[in-house]
Amino acid sequence: MRLSITVNGQAHTDDVEPRMLLAHYLRDVCGLKGTNIGCDTTSCGACTVHVDGESVKSCTVLAVQADGAEVTTVEGLAATRPGPDGMHPVQAAFRAEHGLQCGFCTPGMVMATAGLLAENPKPTEREVREALEGNLCRCTGYHNIVRAALTAAESMAASE
Amino acid sequence: MTAVDLPRGSILGTRVQRLEDPEFLTSGAVYTDDIVDERLAGAVWVTFVRATVAHASIASIDASAALATEGCVGVITADDLVDVPAPKPMMPIYQAGMAQPLLATGRVRYVGEPVAAVLTDSRYLGEDIAESVEIDYEPLPVVVDPIEAARDETLLFPELGTNVVCSREADAGGDIFADCAVVVTGTIHNQRVAVAPMEVRAAAAVWGTDDRLTAWVPNQGAQGTQAGLAGMLGLPVAQVRIITPAVGGAFGAKVGADPEAAVVGWIARHIGRPARWLETRSENMVGMTHGRAQVQTVTIGGDRDGNVRAYRLHVLQDSGAYPRFGAMLPTLTLLMAPGVYDIDQLELSYTSIATNTTPVGAYRGAGRPEATAAIERAMDLFAAEIGLDPAAVRRRNLLPAFTEPITSKGGAAYDSGDYTMALDTVLAAADYDGLRREQALRRERGDAVQLGIGVSVYVEITGGGGEAGASKENATVQVHPDGSATILTGTSPHGQGHSTVWAMLASEETGIPIERITVRWGDTDLVPEGGGTGGSRSLQQGGAAVRQAARELVDVARARAADRLEVSPDDLEVDYANAGLAVRGVPGAGVTFAELAADEVLLVRSVFRAPGATYPFGAHVAVAEVDVETGRAELTRLIALDDAGIVVNPLIAEGQRHGGLAQGAAQALLEEIRYDEDGNPTTSTFADYPIVSATEVPSFELVTTETPTSYNPLGAKGIGEAGSIGSTPAVQSAVIDAVAHLGVRHIDMPTSSWRVWSAIRAANEGAEH
Amino acid sequence: MIPAPFDYVRAGSLDDAVALLAEHGEDAKLIAGGHSLLPMMKLRLAFPTVLIDIRKVPDAAYIRVDGDVVAIGALTRHCDLVASDLLRAEAPLIATAAGFVGDPQIRHRGTLGGSLSHADPAADLPTAVLASDAVLVALGPDGRREILVTDFFLGYFETALAPGEVLAEIRIPRTGPNGYHYEKFVRRANDWAIVAVAVVAGRVALANMAATPFRAAATEAALAAGASAAEAAALAAEGTQPIQDMHADQEYRQHLARVLTRRSLEAAGIA
Repeated sequence: MRLSITVNGQAHTDDVEPRMLLAHYLRDVCGLKGTNIGCDTTSCGACTVHVDGESVKSCTVLAVQADGAEVTTVEGLAATRPGPDGMHPVQAAFRAEHGLQCGFCTPGMVMATAGLLAENPKPTEREVREALEGNLCRCTGYHNIVRAALTAAESMAASE
Repeated sequence: MTAVDLPRGSILGTRVQRLEDPEFLTSGAVYTDDIVDERLAGAVWVTFVRATVAHASIASIDASAALATEGCVGVITADDLVDVPAPKPMMPIYQAGMAQPLLATGRVRYVGEPVAAVLTDSRYLGEDIAESVEIDYEPLPVVVDPIEAARDETLLFPELGTNVVCSREADAGGDIFADCAVVVTGTIHNQRVAVAPMEVRAAAAVWGTDDRLTAWVPNQGAQGTQAGLAGMLGLPVAQVRIITPAVGGAFGAKVGADPEAAVVGWIARHIGRPARWLETRSENMVGMTHGRAQVQTVTIGGDRDGNVRAYRLHVLQDSGAYPRFGAMLPTLTLLMAPGVYDIDQLELSYTSIATNTTPVGAYRGAGRPEATAAIERAMDLFAAEIGLDPAAVRRRNLLPAFTEPITSKGGAAYDSGDYTMALDTVLAAADYDGLRREQALRRERGDAVQLGIGVSVYVEITGGGGEAGASKENATVQVHPDGSATILTGTSPHGQGHSTVWAMLASEETGIPIERITVRWGDTDLVPEGGGTGGSRSLQQGGAAVRQAARELVDVARARAADRLEVSPDDLEVDYANAGLAVRGVPGAGVTFAELAADEVLLVRSVFRAPGATYPFGAHVAVAEVDVETGRAELTRLIALDDAGIVVNPLIAEGQRHGGLAQGAAQALLEEIRYDEDGNPTTSTFADYPIVSATEVPSFELVTTETPTSYNPLGAKGIGEAGSIGSTPAVQSAVIDAVAHLGVRHIDMPTSSWRVWSAIRAANEGAEH
Repeated sequence: MIPAPFDYVRAGSLDDAVALLAEHGEDAKLIAGGHSLLPMMKLRLAFPTVLIDIRKVPDAAYIRVDGDVVAIGALTRHCDLVASDLLRAEAPLIATAAGFVGDPQIRHRGTLGGSLSHADPAADLPTAVLASDAVLVALGPDGRREILVTDFFLGYFETALAPGEVLAEIRIPRTGPNGYHYEKFVRRANDWAIVAVAVVAGRVALANMAATPFRAAATEAALAAGASAAEAAALAAEGTQPIQDMHADQEYRQHLARVLTRRSLEAAGIA
């Protein structure tokens, strides 16, 4: 089936099986391996990307359902708001607060956090935790991820 | 007292941001399934067909439909693996004849056991075609409960006549509780949990023109994985090369090699194409080793003043269907049984038993969290029985502070510790007295939401194993003519930040900026020896080796520089600003390491040997709110003191503690692998198995003290597992404490709302009768 | 995990979807957000041979006042329910319950119509819609028909929708901003409810207490007769047949239903 889609600002047209998951399309067809897959049940959020500016779990979206959409993956996030270190403020905050260890949940966690801050630029700690309830991390205990989200909110507000 | 001489004011001890992060954050790290490599071009995709019944004879396997499907390259069963050696016990103490074959042979013994491997041209076809492999099972009686398995009525290995994998009897002595005025006993389930790293298992393999197997496998130590794969395949170790991609978490379950990885290697060798495999999460939940899984029977005795005199612990370890590392966990549990306490009389024993369940392996802490959980719950039971404050009873029984090694009654050689300091410090940080006052108020008012406070004090073992089983590790430091440096390490990070910390250690000695230092590991061609990362050993052995190698490199450079500059080596000092050596008192006279490297290779490999394991310690306080009407428990505070000696990078050490705290709390509150009576797993997806999320844990309150060890020049002990050791019993006890006034003494983990509510109701009924 | 192969067609309108359903027969399934269907297909618990995508059909996602009711297009997403000021003012129970569905990513995809059609008795929106005494509008080969929500849920994952019908609109009586509550009892925030209670305008519905979302009729009758919240809540479990699973047995679920109903009634301002 014919699929036309914009990924990280770049137009793609491909023939794909209807059952191909968006996550596999991004990884195997576009070669963007940053988006990881951590579960089978839409539970872990490792595959979170933005579709038309909103965070979604790309393991539970058919690639054909994203026809005509603009998709942003972790590889394309920085370009949407580059900071002095070449990273998006959310990425920079994750580094500053040590919000990642093994890194596997990180692309999804970063995209979910960026999505949260787009909808709620000044979240409380509780709001951050609830907004990230669909993103699982086995390494950090969430402590520094929550710090990173709050730090990113501050730095983005300061640079508005 | 110690050999510690860290120059403060240096990069060490500072919160250096990780060097590896920009890649992880902007493009993602390259995990096994992400690898794009010419050597893997044209790889077949491997999909395992797994047992769907817990115990059965395999009457037949019919792969004809699968083989007739377009895109199917082949189907491999145990019958095909004629050239692999018979499986060997992982530990000499294990009953021979229980080791797991690469593919089920004649019989399946747990749901999820690999039975066949389907080879296809693509990933998507693999799942389709695997469904069409028909396996005819003749069901056998199933035993899931280790207590039932210990009766040896239903046998997994009938020819052996027993389900016992290994055991240790208690020393035959008299009644150790004869002099105790108070004796309390209880059975504590330290439940089976999923290790559940976010990255599942995977492998890629190719049989190369060099007549060797090259395999990419997520692991915790390439050398151990190399030995494991070679052993399973019957190949000389030299004929297997492991390359370690980024590893998405491991927590003990990626040590060595699993049978599936060996099958992938076998396929690559025998079918003339590279092979790749990535399991699904649903497979991972039944195929990767589980953790914990002990039934502990504790008896504790003492006097009414709170002095504990005697402690008996019997561990019934569920090893799962085939003994892996889990079957020997009790040896560590018993070694650490008395923990931080000075108890005269101990009686320790264990039995490891096979059941029709997924094999049990190491999981963050591996045997030590179980020891702490048992003694800490026993302390609470004892304190409740005599009506004294649980923190006060603990303090009364703690070993006094020591700076020279002592031998515990459990047989462990504790290196240094000050447990009373740890307990008192954390109690003060938590405002323990204030919490008790708040608790009393709520009890008096009869609030629906009651407050519970749990306390634990722990000591654990780190750096017990190591390269070739010894407490040693190697490191190579090389400076290049462009002034950059490379470190090779036998340790193997999967989130712990070695690239940053090893660079800090080498930079400290040489002045080379950390950004110019590259750390490499996990390729057995590059680093043939090494102990990997596990048991919280990396910094104290691998880091110490880096420091030692860097110092020796400076010595080599000093000798060469002395020749070159025609001065005495004693007149040369490290010029940190220029990353070289300078002639003392002669401005401008010197040579950089880069210049020396341009003349002649500047490289030192060094092996650091530690006298033995180190014993970090700490104390945790957990605060829980429990809704007594519904039984729902919420963890509201977790205050943790973890003393792992000298900290090199606090940012990273704190992160290790946070992660451990959450995993430990998750065991107390939420997580449990469950089976129905037929051995079917009922928690085999992330929708059913409650991996803790950000909404169930609070931000943690860390208290840090640094009691150095003399066992390495960094003064460092391990920190990777500490958080998960103290937190579990603290959180469990906090939940129980919240309803203690209602007559509840114990609630097994996880302390689900149903369990808490049932315990309250049972206590009420007990009070009425 | 990946679904078994299927054919995929996009419907240009809801009428088109009805025609496609007729054309492809019983093995065809509608897909909107896909967050109930795709997980089941990935686990190979569902095997539709044709997916008819209605996610982007025009004029099917809206929230507007229509006389005494708020009319919600079936393809309105959970996140749009949560964010709707209109819904917050006129039928806030629905907006509130929508905020408890899954997690933010799931709420960006899942739709009200999809959740109701899936008919999971443990789900949030079916329970809230049941408490709201809503009317559901189905579109089929014979045109539109209205179904009372009390007649809609027939069993586990089973509704009164005929095989060829599409849910088009959900009509929620306007209740104003007060007198409602949604209480969800969970193990983790993004889990399905162990038990949940929806209260609005003196009506009470329970999640996961039967094969369908369940109206606590005895409680409602007691309230109508002037009983206190505590007295009425004591009757909340009457007639329920909850399942036993790893989270609760029948007795504990019924206990939770009573406790949570009392708390919900009190939170809704019913003393």
